[in-house]
Amino acid sequence: MKKILLLLPAIFACSLSAHAKLNVVATLPDFGSLAREIGGDKINLVVLAKPTEDPHFVDARPSFVVSLRNADVLIDGGAELELGWLPPLLQNARNPKIEIGKPGRVQASQGIRLMNIPANATRAAGDVHALGNPHFTVDPIIAKAIAQHIAQSFSALDPANAAFYEANYKKFEAAINAKLQEWGAAMLPFKDQHVVAYHDSWPYFAHRFGVSIDIFLEPKPGIPPSPSHLAEVISQMKAQHIKAIIVEPFHDRRIAEKVASATGAKVVDFSQFPGGMPGTDSYVKLIDILVSRLAAALK
Amino acid sequence: MTPDASQPITIGGGRNYMNISLDGLFALAYSSARDLDHIEVGDHDPQQRGFNARNVELAFDGAVDPYFEGFANIVFKLDNDNQTEVEVEEAFMQTTSLPFNLQLKAGQFFAAFGRLNPTHPHTWDFADTPLVNGLFLGPDGLRGVGAQGSWTLPLPWYSQLIFASQNGRGSTGFSFRNPGDDGMFFDRITTDREARGLQDFVWIPRFENSFNLSDTQTVLAGASGAFGSNETGANSRTQIYGADLLYKWKSSHAEGGFPFVKWQTEFMYRRFQAGHGADDSFPVAETFHDWGLYSQVLWGFKKGWVAGVRGDYVDMQDSKFTDDLDRQSRWRLSANLTWYPTEFSKIRLQYNQDFLEQNFFLSAREVESVFLQWEFILGAHGAHKF
Repeated sequence: MKKILLLLPAIFACSLSAHAKLNVVATLPDFGSLAREIGGDKINLVVLAKPTEDPHFVDARPSFVVSLRNADVLIDGGAELELGWLPPLLQNARNPKIEIGKPGRVQASQGIRLMNIPANATRAAGDVHALGNPHFTVDPIIAKAIAQHIAQSFSALDPANAAFYEANYKKFEAAINAKLQEWGAAMLPFKDQHVVAYHDSWPYFAHRFGVSIDIFLEPKPGIPPSPSHLAEVISQMKAQHIKAIIVEPFHDRRIAEKVASATGAKVVDFSQFPGGMPGTDSYVKLIDILVSRLAAALK
Repeated sequence: MTPDASQPITIGGGRNYMNISLDGLFALAYSSARDLDHIEVGDHDPQQRGFNARNVELAFDGAVDPYFEGFANIVFKLDNDNQTEVEVEEAFMQTTSLPFNLQLKAGQFFAAFGRLNPTHPHTWDFADTPLVNGLFLGPDGLRGVGAQGSWTLPLPWYSQLIFASQNGRGSTGFSFRNPGDDGMFFDRITTDREARGLQDFVWIPRFENSFNLSDTQTVLAGASGAFGSNETGANSRTQIYGADLLYKWKSSHAEGGFPFVKWQTEFMYRRFQAGHGADDSFPVAETFHDWGLYSQVLWGFKKGWVAGVRGDYVDMQDSKFTDDLDRQSRWRLSANLTWYPTEFSKIRLQYNQDFLEQNFFLSAREVESVFLQWEFILGAHGAHKF
């Protein structure tokens, strides 16, 4: 007990002097990677969800309470993807700086038009998100908007480094704009081709790159694939000559492989999150890999 | 209009000022004991052979204003004769933005004693209350009208101190200011005493800490106490001490939160001074040193499927003077399998083996029970704590 009492002033002192850097918490790794692009080494970044796990069901670990308590900025989706685990963390964290409406709260969906807003919110349709599909960061144009929002927020809270954040945004914007040409060209030969996905998390990617990702191994969002539904998917794939099935790191790949072998299609490893697969430790690298993998599978 | 600064995330696009949900929990029970309500120790546990509806819960929560949040839980139960009982399980207000990581809560609430006591029955991993919780903290848990303060310590790991005071009366203050059934508790005649002073309230401190053993493993350890007076004598006191340990592993590639392993253990020790009764007529004053624990392991092996095993043991100090059905040492082994079609419904099959030990007054007893439990949740049900 004495040791802890002696440590306390030291810890207070550390936290005060370390205020040189913004303490940023991002719920998901896509927001985290954008925060790192903008903030560089001028921020301390904690990302709550792992890039390999299902973002709908992240454990609300008590250590997250500590990170949120110390946060100057919280970046979350604002489209209810984190609804199953973020609220009790926030209640326990008691950090007024990151409440909705405060400068320290960045909701990534702000100002973004979400796709597939359901006309009726009923759970009979599975795990439907009432505000629209929340997996939007995977569209590079939306990613730019989020990055700009983050830059504005960092600059407002840390005006001394505003020029740095703004410059990083410009760099990111330029990189994306250049890459968009490249990615567009790579995907052009496959315009309007159909692709199957395990879960309905790719409408923004599909919209941006001109493919159609509207057949899913899940019969409804969040409902595990059933044999009868898979049989239907297989016959659809054969009828439309669909060549690719995209799965994320936490999905049951064997199910996708069974469907692939029955149809001659390829299973393509995808992820919404930088870091979810080797070689994807930045946003640009992630989209690079997604585009090149999908293009290779669709040839 | 400025956005509501403390509005919790709500379902439906943030267009509600309040979340409302309804949870229905039911069980079909078979037992070799006809008096299942004596074998089960919780008020929301199956109480009879046949069909049981012991927890139909209406839950409300929302941001009151920039300063407070409100919560309420109204639970309806059907008794063995299908009569409706209503319970205001919780109804309290909580601050949202005090400085120094403080939080105050006041109203009717579950005491933060151990891991299980503050939770609602429909969130449990088993169909019934562990023996030690039901017998020491009471069939309805330790809860009451009171106030609680909590402080998250400024440490690099999660560390929280909680301190509460509640009335501690009735069966929700089971080992405390509880007059018991028919004015008797542990064979003594009780008066339903009004508070003489601070010593008649129940005081509940708790200290909990959590550490990440690795990227995928978390440990949480806590110590709790509950101190107050009881009604079996003029100055009789009760102290309950608890220690709890939770270990959780979850795959780094978890789909829907699966696979995972969760191991939770709680130990309690109760010192209960049983006096001479309110009328001084009971011949012997005794101090009971009772203890008990439960330990449960849950294995979520596939998305939506959880297998569980639990062991319970309660040691009630033998007495040659107090003849009370609740004072029988006993153990229980439970095994179950739960299917969660989604996070809004569940179906569970559980097997219990109970063994009650012989004591001075009561003979040994062995009971087997099987429960088929099912649950549905409607509405904007909030997310659950770790």
